[in-house]
Amino acid sequence: MDRTLIATVADRPGVLNRVASLFRRRAFNIESLTVGHTEREGISRMTIVVDGRRTDSTKVAQNLEKLVDVLEVEDITDRPAILHDLALIKVRVQNRVARSEILRITDSFQARLVDMCPQTAIVEIVGSEQKIRTVVEALRSHGILEMVRTGRVAMVRGESENGNDAPSTDGLSTSEWEQGGSSWQE
Amino acid sequence: MRMTGAEIVWEMLRREGVEVVFGIPGGGIMHTYHPRQEFGIHHVLVRHEQSAAHAADGYARASGRVGVAIATSGPGATNLVTGIATAMMDSSPIVCITGQVSTSVLGTDAFQEADITGITLPITKHNYLVTDITELAATIHDAFRIAQSGRPGPVLIDLPSDVQKAETEFIPPECATTYVPRSLPLLDSEAIDRAVELIDRAHRPVILAGRGVLLSGAGSELASFADRTQTPVAVTLLGKGAFSPSNPLYLGMMGMHGHSAANHAIQEADLLIALGMRFDDRVTGNPAVYALQARKIHIDIDATELGKVISTDVMVHSDLRPVLAEINDRVLAKRHEDWVSKIEVWREQSMTNDTLQHTPNGALPAPHIINEIFAATNGKAVVVTDVGQNQMWTAQYYATECALPFLSSGGLGTMGFGLPAAIGAQFARPNDEVWVIVGDGGFQMSLHELATLVQEDLPIRIALINNRCLGMVRQWQTMFYGGRYEATDLLNPDFVRLAEAYGIQAWRAGSLGAARSAIAEARKHHGPVLVEFEVVRDGELSHVYPMVPTGAALDAMIHRTPIEAASATGRSPWIER
Repeated sequence: MDRTLIATVADRPGVLNRVASLFRRRAFNIESLTVGHTEREGISRMTIVVDGRRTDSTKVAQNLEKLVDVLEVEDITDRPAILHDLALIKVRVQNRVARSEILRITDSFQARLVDMCPQTAIVEIVGSEQKIRTVVEALRSHGILEMVRTGRVAMVRGESENGNDAPSTDGLSTSEWEQGGSSWQE
Repeated sequence: MRMTGAEIVWEMLRREGVEVVFGIPGGGIMHTYHPRQEFGIHHVLVRHEQSAAHAADGYARASGRVGVAIATSGPGATNLVTGIATAMMDSSPIVCITGQVSTSVLGTDAFQEADITGITLPITKHNYLVTDITELAATIHDAFRIAQSGRPGPVLIDLPSDVQKAETEFIPPECATTYVPRSLPLLDSEAIDRAVELIDRAHRPVILAGRGVLLSGAGSELASFADRTQTPVAVTLLGKGAFSPSNPLYLGMMGMHGHSAANHAIQEADLLIALGMRFDDRVTGNPAVYALQARKIHIDIDATELGKVISTDVMVHSDLRPVLAEINDRVLAKRHEDWVSKIEVWREQSMTNDTLQHTPNGALPAPHIINEIFAATNGKAVVVTDVGQNQMWTAQYYATECALPFLSSGGLGTMGFGLPAAIGAQFARPNDEVWVIVGDGGFQMSLHELATLVQEDLPIRIALINNRCLGMVRQWQTMFYGGRYEATDLLNPDFVRLAEAYGIQAWRAGSLGAARSAIAEARKHHGPVLVEFEVVRDGELSHVYPMVPTGAALDAMIHRTPIEAASATGRSPWIER
């Protein structure tokens, strides 16, 4: 099962290289890694998805914590969190029927049609792994020409450090939130 | 006060208490060398940058402080690599300062440019490329903190030549530091509860003491813990000195060429208490059949080591000393008489067949050489080994007392480490007698440092065990490769004349009597000396015993053929079990 780690790192040259080098030399299997700026200057944040069957995520976290530029590592897999990635999918548009079919799919999955050319269209979808996979499946029969994904980004719900004030009594686990594909996520 | 980058380097080293650095100048680091004398720091001009890193490492191991190596850009920096990797594997705190091409040409393949921060990224705790002179002081300050904190290790600072030349207002960095060592978790009281419970319930416990005991300064806590619970102690190669060899609970070294009693005890134990060690494959034998009857408690300052190789019942992520003190307060006093006497039987079995128990009959077995050095120095020398058979013999037969450093490249197994590391050790302990035990193979990987010994007038005693081959590889060829001696024979120079050419007094010994008097003569001499011991290349006496073959269980050791039987039948070594 996938494990999701969030690493807070100093925004210095070579940090990504240090992290990638660590994964390579310890032979960690990484599903995805995304980096970006945060609300704090000089601090970047990495979301790392580990294939939990092949790689021990605890060891990944402990090894990351040994890097001087890594400030904090947190495994948020078991906490209520929003886990999203973004995919751009270019599909072939054979004819008018196909076009309306693609529009229908985009609508029903709350994806966006971000480009339309005579022969192709680009669909943008933001959401959980499950949701993206479902859209990819739905579009497959039209012929997917190209796909690109950002990799997962994650954020724990609620205000406090340990997510205590996240609504956990509404009966939905993290994965259900994810798979729900509700308007919540958009 | 305005200072150049070069001046800041020396000012910061001075503030860190550095008295000696090891290095070689070159175009990319000349600016830094230039003002050195004004700061009163001694520079040792080694003959190859790899030696600078090993010497800094040797200095760190022998002093407990940070060793410093300096090299120029490009080849100077890349020559440091083996020494840095050696320090990394053995948790030795060193700081390496390398020159770099000017920032204006960085990344253009300029003359003597090498991406040394990229190259050393996986073999340093951390490294820096300083492009802004205002960050230099704080960087050096942080580098020393990083090298020493937690599990120690090497840090490299790459310094472009324009940064060395630039000027800035020097601000003492205490107030400008950016690095805060990661705090360790609070003592995990639940884990300690479980550890105490396992210790109280154990009948056949063994303590495995590694270098972490020495780094944590937990020697006396270990001694009282072992004493209170009457638990025998086996040490790793780098854990030598963590526990007194004169204590009856001392089992000796564990592992591939460990003491037989230690390996037996580990395999029969019902509890292993691993302290600051990391279950290296040279220590465990086949991990799938390692100490199967034993519950395991593992205490280490590096969380990544816990559960890395061996699955463990209780893991404690902490500095060793406070945990051991806490456990000491809580465990029951024990006797373990049956267990201790069982171990005594193993010990006696291995003793009776020990080489030292038999007269060498004109030959000069290597264990006798180490034993003679041990006797002559009363066990009170700082001993440095190279890597290979010489290292294992020394580890087995030089019973280093506590408080005296035993220096050896353990994790990386770097041949050529011995001589330069001894240079560092002698600077760290100018009043101690330093012996370096080398083989003829490894010696030739760094013998150019003989010149450094003379230039610095260091009274280092070199024991060269010459078997005219790469002995450890040859031993494997004999045992596991059908006696096919591929690329292990060495055609050597006359080492005595070679030493003399460097201005070093040298002796040669081929018998026990000659060895004894050569050691005595050498010890009387004040400068550097070399004694070459001629030992056999083939046969039983050329091998290190016992030996755990790769992939075998730790107690499936190959032992020396019982010596009387060998002369009668010429049998090959027998495998126990």
